[in-house]
Amino acid sequence: MVNLIIDGQHVQAEEGWTILETARYYGIDTIPTLCYREGLTTDSSCRLCVVEIISRGRSRLSASCSYPVQEGIEVRTNSRRVRQARKIIIELLLASCPNSKTLQCLASQYGIKELRFKVEDRGCILCGLCVRMCKEQMQAGAIGFFNRGVDRRVAMPFHVRSDVCRECGACLYICPVCELQCRGPREPGDLCNGCFEAIRIDPFPSRD
Amino acid sequence: MEEDVRPEVQVMERYGYERSYLISILHEVQKEYQYLPEQALRNVAAGMGISLVDIYGVATFFKAFSLKPKGKHSIVLCMGTACHVRNSRGLLEEARRFLGIEPGDTTDDLLFSLDTVNCLGACALGPIAVIDGEYHGQMTPAKMERLLKKLAKEEGVRK
Amino acid sequence: MKGSLSSPKDLNEYRKSIQSTKKKFEKVISVCGGTGCHAQNCVQVREEISRELDERLLSDKVMVKFTGCHGFCEMGPLVVIHPAGILYVKVSPSDAQRIIESSVVGDSVIDELLYKDVATGKNFEKEQDVPFYSKQKRLLLAMNGMIDPQNIEDYIAQEGYSALVKALFEMSPEEIIKEVEIAGLRGRGGAGFPTANKWKACRRARARDNIKYILCNADEGDPGAYMDRSLLEGNPHAVIEGMIIGAYAIGATEGFVYVRHEYPLAVENLLKALEQARQLGLLGDNILGSGFSFDIKVSVGGGAFVCGESTALMASIEGRIGEPRVKHIHTAEKGLYNRPTNLNNVETWANVPIIIREGAEAYARIGTEKSRGTKIFSLVGKVRNTGLVEVPMGITLREIIFDIGGGMANGKAFKAVQTGGPSGGCIPESMLDTPVDFERLTEVGSMMGSGGMIVMDESTCMVDIARYFVDFLCEESCGKCVPCREGLKQMRFILDDIVSGRATGKQLELLKELAEVVRDTSLCGLGQTAPNPVLSTIKYFEDEYHEHIEEKRCRAGVCRDLIEYQIDADKCTGCLRCKAQCPVGAVLGEKEKPHHIDLSKCEKCGICYEVCEFGAVLRK
Repeated sequence: MVNLIIDGQHVQAEEGWTILETARYYGIDTIPTLCYREGLTTDSSCRLCVVEIISRGRSRLSASCSYPVQEGIEVRTNSRRVRQARKIIIELLLASCPNSKTLQCLASQYGIKELRFKVEDRGCILCGLCVRMCKEQMQAGAIGFFNRGVDRRVAMPFHVRSDVCRECGACLYICPVCELQCRGPREPGDLCNGCFEAIRIDPFPSRD
Repeated sequence: MEEDVRPEVQVMERYGYERSYLISILHEVQKEYQYLPEQALRNVAAGMGISLVDIYGVATFFKAFSLKPKGKHSIVLCMGTACHVRNSRGLLEEARRFLGIEPGDTTDDLLFSLDTVNCLGACALGPIAVIDGEYHGQMTPAKMERLLKKLAKEEGVRK
Repeated sequence: MKGSLSSPKDLNEYRKSIQSTKKKFEKVISVCGGTGCHAQNCVQVREEISRELDERLLSDKVMVKFTGCHGFCEMGPLVVIHPAGILYVKVSPSDAQRIIESSVVGDSVIDELLYKDVATGKNFEKEQDVPFYSKQKRLLLAMNGMIDPQNIEDYIAQEGYSALVKALFEMSPEEIIKEVEIAGLRGRGGAGFPTANKWKACRRARARDNIKYILCNADEGDPGAYMDRSLLEGNPHAVIEGMIIGAYAIGATEGFVYVRHEYPLAVENLLKALEQARQLGLLGDNILGSGFSFDIKVSVGGGAFVCGESTALMASIEGRIGEPRVKHIHTAEKGLYNRPTNLNNVETWANVPIIIREGAEAYARIGTEKSRGTKIFSLVGKVRNTGLVEVPMGITLREIIFDIGGGMANGKAFKAVQTGGPSGGCIPESMLDTPVDFERLTEVGSMMGSGGMIVMDESTCMVDIARYFVDFLCEESCGKCVPCREGLKQMRFILDDIVSGRATGKQLELLKELAEVVRDTSLCGLGQTAPNPVLSTIKYFEDEYHEHIEEKRCRAGVCRDLIEYQIDADKCTGCLRCKAQCPVGAVLGEKEKPHHIDLSKCEKCGICYEVCEFGAVLRK
């Protein structure tokens, strides 16, 4: 067993568990995730689950979904530094997908009042859940990532319907942005901030 | 059975269908066709037992590969830092204006392709333009225009 | 060439026979065949020299060697005549005849072809006396000028593969690692991780099927850096020898060199070198009868900067998208194909044979306390002597730029030097006495990086430089994680606003805030270091940012939206030249009357400014 501290609480975890798994096992639900889903491989690409890890007197941010627990480390899942980083990440995501209900709710929860980045609606946050779902659970591999850098996209090869696609719809089912549109009263690019579903979690009882 | 003469098949044979040579294989297939045609990529995927999604991902990820046919004349501009501080962007804008295409594209008449590279490592000559494989060092926008005009004239097109 | 050598004794005898054959040549003419000189027609220079020697029936007395890069690219094509060591610069094919006449048949020197120091007007006859070379310490690059990289005999004659013999037959793997540790060798790819620690971890790692890999990173992606290419092109056997020694120390059976496809000559020379080493039994099964087997494959890249990142490089070798993954489990344990893997870059590998051959103590005497040995830099940009320089660690940036580099070209004032490529930073004049050392360069907000050193003068805009690197990284990011992909994109939008005069002070604050989050939360090293060019230019040149934002002014005259071209009526002679060249017809005027520029049409390409012989076009 590995001993560590999460948000001031002494906890034990099995060797090989990630910080996210451990936190959730102990009922600590202050770590939001987007690209992580049980049953799929971990991609660690959205970085929303970053937490502050203090080890040997040094503090740094790391994605909790892939960070294996280590003896003696201290983890802060909701410190000021963590929230600040998550806010920027949510703002970045919203700038590329302003109508997503998931993201609008996250923005409300994190008290984001203003979208400071230039909005370019792409309708996709490239979390890759659909790609992994298609390949790992549906055993199809009909969609994938193409291009790189700012041009990265999810599509079928050559942008034509793939022979291996069975139109099962699993990609749509798992997508955190394309199905649920935010219906809050707002202009395109505005922040909703009004939904009763969005429970504000900020400011959180801070331990830092 | 008749021997398969498609270039991509021969290339795969030569590399023993080994996946660790995939990028080299794609380079050689591209050499054969001057670009990577859809059918050739489909054949490579089938031949090597790699899913089409993976091949297409690799072919679009790396900058060296083009899925569109290239023009007769290639204009390559070095955008390395050493060239940048010596005004390579001026060259690029001139080439872009003259040819009316963006880097990575080819003119509709398939005569000119404009590409940029991140560094040719011949920084002493910067800024550098490589036109049809020939290095032109210490370039300026005016020299660029002159070289392009000359090429266009040879091809009998008005630009 | 000889067949397989089956013992150290065989190799020694072979070396002696090569050396004695070489003795019959009275003179050796070495022509630089590096890429820089290639672009300046060195192939024809060599051909003319060979033809001239043939005609004079001198071919069996004088040898012509087509070598790797000599480093002094500014002055190429370079020709050196040994044993006297006379250096001729900017040689053209038509000079071949008089070179042979005076300096090969005769013993005189052609003054016009010598290097002339601009400041003093003094001519230098010998390569080692030229200021560009005299302050360098050419441990790795020295051989580049002496050997034909396509001929293994040249390398062997220069004591090549003697370190391999020493390692395989006189040392245990642990002793080799200890030696590398005493030498204090640190990774030359940028981060400066102690090489011996890496090797130890990989040696210790358990391989499930006894397969371990060692890799050589030759995917030199930093723009403005070409050290690794020159080593691989000019002296591939040094890298190969280093890798075999490393493999023996670590217990690896297979190696890969991952090389950029943009370096065709390096690939060609490397493949040839591997083939020759294999033929001689220096590579493959039972190397020199030692019982140790190891071979190297070459994997060509596809043009992706992110493949300099270890896990992305490994993915690429496996034939997958070059995307990094999280590495909480170290690649020393699970790397290529999930097997223990050790990765070092070209320059690091090339240091290994020197350490083993000359001994760790001798090596460790060079450099500083924590950074030992030498480092190769590509000194480029607005400096007078562009080229590759190898210097002892601890030398100051000022010495490199002003003593070796000869100061600024065109007499403009120095502004900054950029090291570490897109992951590094810009260092201002006030920090020029910083010694070249892994820690010190990091302290001043830059990093050693792989060795690009781009010199900038007052005509370089620092905001534009920051935007240049962000632009570069937007394309070169793999696009996997959000902070890097979306963060860089937004940083570019903000910088676009700044260089075009649309930005507000608030945006500069947002840029800083964003840069810090990108640094803290990105998945791999590319993203974590991507904000460095922005943060370091803000740190040292914040004034320039404010000028762009508040005064809408670019003092370097680079940012197009903030400048205007005008014609000084007093200076303009009305020659029509600018009018004829203007691609958009924005210059108006008649012959012999002062012209003027229609600013509504002007696209600010600067052609008029460039072609005016009278300095009448002004940039404001």
